[in-house]
Amino acid sequence: MPLQGEYMGMMLTVDDVDRENREFFAWCDKGEFRLQRSPESGLLRYPPTTACPWSTDRDYEWVPVEGKGAVHSYVEVHHPIQPAFRDKVPYMILLVDLDTQKGEPSEHEALRVAGNLVTADSEFAPPEAIRSVGIGTRVRMVFSKVADGFSLPQWTIDEDAEQPEAPWRYPQE
Amino acid sequence: MTLSSVSDVDASSPKHLRGRYAVAGVGETDYMRGSEYSTRSLATWAIRNAMDDAGLAPGDIDGMLSYSGNDSIFSPFVAGDLGIRLNFYMDVHGGGSSTEALIGIAIGVIEAGMCKTVAIFRSMNGYSQVRIGGTGARSAVPINGDQIHHRAYGWQSAGQMFAPTFLRHMYDYGTTPEQVAAVKVAHSKHASNNPKAYYKRRFTVEDVVSSRIICKPLHLLDCCVETDNATCIIVTRLDRARDCRQPPAVIQSVVGRCCKPRIDMHYQHGPISTVAGHYAKDILFPNAGVSPEDIDLTGSYDAFTFTTMLQLEDYGFCKKGEGGDYVSSGIIELGGKRPNNTSGGHLCEGYTHGMNMVIENTRQLRGEVDDSCPVGPDGKRQHTHDYSEGGCRQVKDVELTANLGWAMPGTGSAMIMAKDAR
Repeated sequence: MPLQGEYMGMMLTVDDVDRENREFFAWCDKGEFRLQRSPESGLLRYPPTTACPWSTDRDYEWVPVEGKGAVHSYVEVHHPIQPAFRDKVPYMILLVDLDTQKGEPSEHEALRVAGNLVTADSEFAPPEAIRSVGIGTRVRMVFSKVADGFSLPQWTIDEDAEQPEAPWRYPQE
Repeated sequence: MTLSSVSDVDASSPKHLRGRYAVAGVGETDYMRGSEYSTRSLATWAIRNAMDDAGLAPGDIDGMLSYSGNDSIFSPFVAGDLGIRLNFYMDVHGGGSSTEALIGIAIGVIEAGMCKTVAIFRSMNGYSQVRIGGTGARSAVPINGDQIHHRAYGWQSAGQMFAPTFLRHMYDYGTTPEQVAAVKVAHSKHASNNPKAYYKRRFTVEDVVSSRIICKPLHLLDCCVETDNATCIIVTRLDRARDCRQPPAVIQSVVGRCCKPRIDMHYQHGPISTVAGHYAKDILFPNAGVSPEDIDLTGSYDAFTFTTMLQLEDYGFCKKGEGGDYVSSGIIELGGKRPNNTSGGHLCEGYTHGMNMVIENTRQLRGEVDDSCPVGPDGKRQHTHDYSEGGCRQVKDVELTANLGWAMPGTGSAMIMAKDAR
């Protein structure tokens, strides 16, 4: 069965044959962040792909991964392009280095997982929260529901983590 | 300048083609918004101009290449309109890194004996039909599969997709908005001396950094213009090009769609502030047998001010991390040591997915850019090399040019051309 649902007015579809994405988003809907791991290399990968880039292994298993990390870079959108985001600006897309497998298998590699900055309840973050987030901010994963069996990973500020004194932000506010 | 490493690409074969092929003709339409022409009509217009430029008749062209993102017309229709019988054609999917890549393909098919002369075109109503920025109809299409990992987050347009690289470069190296704004300042200065540029106004650093934020770190004036236009580049063997109307721009080396490892748009392979030029340079310079220091003029793709800066840096025109200093030093301006995008490029002249930057460097090598300098009795412009507003944009004594094409941080193409030594 394909996954399909309307999210913020956007129709999102994962085709039946798109096994990797279908399984990924279905795990998210169970509240679990799971990534593919190649039995051959033992390495996790993101986003879902059809082979392990370090071993060409087509086999994989879905492994639970802790949804915690630090912002590696971000986008702060002030001029919306997609109609769905017109009443959301400013909004943030975070590129988060997971703590898991950071710096592996080589120094600058990481599992960099995208998502919007949202509240703990998965609502788009208000401007004051946006102004507090930058490179280095500690975040944890939450999920946004699209449809039954279909959720998206998102990021919220990790209230329990020790935060950097001043996360790096673009100099102009 | 020491090249950082010897490439694993076999440069022995390309060396045999170094200096063997040339750009024989270039042409474009006007740069417009609301063209009221089909992409088929625009393509015909640009190719006809390039044929006239080269002095070639329909029977002299027997190959055609184009690229698009399903927003253009196929080669055989345009060829038919112009009475060109094709021995070879191919229409390729792609954007900004296609120009130099297709020039390389043209060289390959001619060398393989498949045809003799190839017209490469890009025709687009980039403002009035399919907007490259992803606005209009493209902004509300259904989102499927892999796209969910970005578009569902409002991460779709080129500026949005590239912003993590741009911001991370600021973080990693202390690059400032003002330094990068200098790219727009330089290109707008050049455009003010280009009668065909869509935007001819000169801008200051203050203008750029005080224009509204689109998505950080991009202000409105860090982003290129969207226009309707077609462009054409005719490639043939050097000996044939020498029989054409214009002096040939001789192709010394080409790199086509060279990639970083894992070029997905999620930046798994760092450092994310490094772009594909880091890899492409090790093909580009050894194959041409020159180093960045030898280049007189660059055409570093300016979809955004940042793309120009990042590529100049990773191709080795300055040290890694010093791109901000380089582009704000005056070097890239007309009158500077190595001007970049003397037509005004995508930021000012018009958006062509890279074609106009190769067209401009071709004209610079001929010593015949179309500026406001007076035309002499021989029909050629008497270039003053006075680069004040509305004046000259011909660079003095251009021998070698480099084009640095950009698709995205992970993919780039490039080319070095030389003035014909004959």
